[in-house]
Amino acid sequence: MSTTFMGMPAVRDTAGHGNLHASEPFPQAATRELGNAQLRSNLRHATHTIRDKRLKVVGELDDWEALRDAGAATKNAAMANLPALLEEFEKNFTARGGVVHWARDAEEANRIVTDLVRQTGSDEVVKVKSMATQEIGLNEHLESEGIAAFETDLAELIVQLGEDKPSHILVPAIHKNRTEVKDIFLRQMPQVDPDLTDNPPELAMAARAHLRKKFLSAQVAISGANFALADTGTLGVVESEGNGRMCLTLPDTLITVMGIEKVLPTAQDLEVFMQLLPRSSTGERMNPYTSVWTGVTEGDGPKNMHIVLIDNGRTNALADQYGRTALNCIRCSACMNVCPVYERTGGHAYGSTYPGPIGAILSPLMTGIEAEDNGSLPYASSLCGACYDACPVKINIPDILVHLRGEDVAAQHQQRKLPSEMDLLMKGAEIALSSGKVLNLMEKALPVGRLAAGRQKKIKKLPGKLAGAWTSSRDIPAPPAQSFRDWWKKEGRG
Amino acid sequence: MKIALFATCIVDAMYPSVARATVQILERLGHEVVFPAGQACCGQMHTNSGYFDAARKVAENHVHAFEAVEYDVAVAPSGSCVASVRHQHRMLAERAGDTDLAERADAVGATTYELTQLLVDVLGVTNAAEQLGSYFPHTITYHPSCHGMRLLRLGDRQLDLLKTVGGIDVVELPDADQCCGFGGTFSMKNSQVSTAMLEDKAASIRSTGASLCSGGDASCLMHIGGGLSRAGDAAGTLHLAEILASTIDSPAPAPAATDTTTGATR
Ligand code: SF4
Repeated sequence: MSTTFMGMPAVRDTAGHGNLHASEPFPQAATRELGNAQLRSNLRHATHTIRDKRLKVVGELDDWEALRDAGAATKNAAMANLPALLEEFEKNFTARGGVVHWARDAEEANRIVTDLVRQTGSDEVVKVKSMATQEIGLNEHLESEGIAAFETDLAELIVQLGEDKPSHILVPAIHKNRTEVKDIFLRQMPQVDPDLTDNPPELAMAARAHLRKKFLSAQVAISGANFALADTGTLGVVESEGNGRMCLTLPDTLITVMGIEKVLPTAQDLEVFMQLLPRSSTGERMNPYTSVWTGVTEGDGPKNMHIVLIDNGRTNALADQYGRTALNCIRCSACMNVCPVYERTGGHAYGSTYPGPIGAILSPLMTGIEAEDNGSLPYASSLCGACYDACPVKINIPDILVHLRGEDVAAQHQQRKLPSEMDLLMKGAEIALSSGKVLNLMEKALPVGRLAAGRQKKIKKLPGKLAGAWTSSRDIPAPPAQSFRDWWKKEGRG
Repeated sequence: MKIALFATCIVDAMYPSVARATVQILERLGHEVVFPAGQACCGQMHTNSGYFDAARKVAENHVHAFEAVEYDVAVAPSGSCVASVRHQHRMLAERAGDTDLAERADAVGATTYELTQLLVDVLGVTNAAEQLGSYFPHTITYHPSCHGMRLLRLGDRQLDLLKTVGGIDVVELPDADQCCGFGGTFSMKNSQVSTAMLEDKAASIRSTGASLCSGGDASCLMHIGGGLSRAGDAAGTLHLAEILASTIDSPAPAPAATDTTTGATR
């Protein structure tokens, strides 16, 4: 069998491509999503339920903080040693009968996978839910090449049949309620019982019947991986339904698509991550199915095993000294479940495969801040810090958001000749706030503000787009007659 | 003890009564308060908006202003400004390659406390009624601001102190740990999302029946108070320093008459 060997990984300054972009500024997309009352109530309900569950199971472990530290340390070390770990993984994966392919970016990865599927002579694949393949837009690519890809994860199936996009990395259909799911099934499943109700077990059974046929006929499966172990060349998938396991074991050919940052040094490391991941993601002590496979075994499971290791902007992110810890992410989704911004807007507002707080940093890190509207993503946060507290591998998301805002401001300044309204606001504030004397002078104007506030003692409308946005929903109190420092001076206190 | 007051720009210009209350509390405990005249702002707004050069200048001014006077500890009635002094000034200096400023910023940061942190951890105040004579006979609720809660790890210091004020009735705020949606320029850049967060916070406050919501950050309170006011709510906001400073003889204004204009009438 021919393989598409792309050479050893090298640190290339390659931007990520694929579904990693905000195609419109976040505030605009968010405003639209905010208008969807059904979405907001679905999201609120779902995120609050899973938050409570997570807090409960995390609270059961006395050593949770130590586990987080261990997870962060392991990841930091792995990222610092990435090329060597990947080589070790390649050696061991190959020794056990697997074939390793390297892909610089989304296009290359899609091409490799398509070729591999073609070589089997099949035009159908079953898929285990995979963020990496979402990221590179594999399903769309395969479709354009005449290959049908069937998602087997229930939520992913709902999204696929609904011709929709995932709104959450763990619960892709978080924005849909049962009735919406029932309607999708009735519309899209050929042999479904027309009396189907929105009772969850009934819906699950309908999906099961639909999928069973695919599992039994498919020659090729495509999976993602939650981790790769360098010392043994092992891959692993963590899931809830067992549909993934069907994909991983029944077809003859298994193609795994995985980001290069998923590699861990040894099997021992799973001890930490298998505690951190389920608790952080689904709020369970243990996930129902953990599948681990090492190479090809005669007469058991897939006969051909491939892995496509994708960079797609990851070395870019790794080269960013302030942002690189974003690659520690184990895709648990805890940060989005606690994020007040995500809770109101849902995942679609972020444009990219990676929504929520991690998406707001990961997407621009992988594509570069100037790519399309990704520069608007780091502002999609009030910097409340809930994400950092929740993250099982302690990624300091708020600090990275601030860092990327700085990158965006710098990029904007390079592109633009005329200052923006924000630039002017910041310049004015800089002048006023970098000296006590100047601030004191400015404060002499406070009585003017009192006049403007009028008898109601409220300012209801400020000029300008930014200040006007503030007063769109909030009054500003009338300023005092006298600043504190003026009072202090008049009191003769210094 | 000689205590340097960092009033913060927003309190200095918009809520002077909060700074006066802070001075009163500290003097009542027998400490000397000084006001470094060169101070202006911590630079948090610039930093969090990505304007690092401007932020560094503002931060440098802060460091310089506090180096210019002698004091034992510095205090600010704002968790987020203290968090900025402690956590962001070094970062700004390092980015500019200014190791000297980084060290000086650390020195200032190490002695700067949020008000209740200073009261509880350094000055040993655990009972406001007994030790400060605090008296405020009203029903209030309390919102812990994100930076105090998550960056400074203030825990229940603010709430616990409020509960010990004479005559007060503190009712629990549902979903108290949820951000109010202020976030500095976030409330301008992503005004709609910010408003959605604010509406939920206002609804939580409303559900308590309390006539005012207190907290430790003037900026969050301005945002929350501004939303309540726009919605025509009877409830207002009042900084916890004013409640702690309130006594029988010199009461802070009653909630119904609370002037969101910052006590300017006083
Ligand atoms: S950033 Fe942290 S909390 Fe968010 S998905 Fe990744 S590992 Fe989970």
